[in-house]
Amino acid sequence: MRSYPLARRPQGFGQIGRGHKVTTYPFSPRTNGGKGMALSQGWVKRYFKAFCKGFFVAVPVAVTFLDRVACVARVEGASMQPSLNPGGSQSSDVVLLNHWKVRNFEVQRGDIVSLVTMGHKNRYVKVPRGHIWVEGDHHGHSFDSNSFGPVSLGLLHGHATHILWPPERWQKLESVLPPERLPIQSEEDCLRGSP
Amino acid sequence: MLRGVLGKTFRLIGYTIQYGCIAHCAFEYVGGVVMCSGPSMEPTIQNSDIVFAENLSRHFYGIQRGDIVIAKSPSDPKSNICKRVIGLEGDKILSNSPSGFFKSHSYVPVGHVWLEGDNLQNSTDSRYYGPVPYGLIRGRIFFKIWPLNDFGFLRDSPNGHRFSDD
Repeated sequence: MRSYPLARRPQGFGQIGRGHKVTTYPFSPRTNGGKGMALSQGWVKRYFKAFCKGFFVAVPVAVTFLDRVACVARVEGASMQPSLNPGGSQSSDVVLLNHWKVRNFEVQRGDIVSLVTMGHKNRYVKVPRGHIWVEGDHHGHSFDSNSFGPVSLGLLHGHATHILWPPERWQKLESVLPPERLPIQSEEDCLRGSP
Repeated sequence: MLRGVLGKTFRLIGYTIQYGCIAHCAFEYVGGVVMCSGPSMEPTIQNSDIVFAENLSRHFYGIQRGDIVIAKSPSDPKSNICKRVIGLEGDKILSNSPSGFFKSHSYVPVGHVWLEGDNLQNSTDSRYYGPVPYGLIRGRIFFKIWPLNDFGFLRDSPNGHRFSDD
């Protein structure tokens, strides 16, 4: 028959041991400090690990979404009146810029588009292959292809499809080509061989 | 068992999306490995060479004359071109005709750069399609990884003294 000696230490009571360090109950001051500190360190480390994990998931996904799918932008200026910002400086429209729709660089005449910014004047301009001609709706007050010429399709950033703000102006933006701004001669005309 | 498979599938999709997004951010804002094809940058970059491109400079307007850049092609936005920056906006570019008879010059417009390949005989570049908008530049190539016998930083232009900014 074996016996299990109870080791008694001066600082604690009710301590059960088998010769090596075990939990003391109740906690004595010395071991309580060590044990408490170990617990709080573990807590901080776990929190930090969870934060890093969340950060490296959330930030790339959000950035990729804003770059590739859609983002939101405030319209400034009067160059697109009356379709956008009809109220002038009182209320700026907020539009949805749809990157996903232009991922294959497909746009139609009449679409409202946003362009990556940059930095020529003839009466008639031939728009080269792979380029587009963009104009603001408000002719006198627009810095557009009339100033900087046709724009390369690779600069296409997004297709503004909706007005999101203010709520009373919530609408889908229609693709409309003003009749006085129709191309003089389109590609189809050339192919058909019209006079 | 179906729930196990479904769970695994969703986890796989989740990881794919997450790593895809990290890859997009890495290439868009830091840099990546690129394989070049075509003869227009010989002898600096040969066909099927693998190079390292950094995409930070373009965000800070740090592209300089003499840099080799990757840009979206002006005539086909879905493909990329790899050329050297010969002129920045405002620079005067000397354009030689093949016979050397007419030496005319033009100025690079605001917001554009003038690109030329190192292999002048066999390169379609700004001499053909004109100045290229700065916004089409995607990154700067600065280091060659493959082939190993040409490992290291890229050389200066073999066509030297084509820069003119007086």
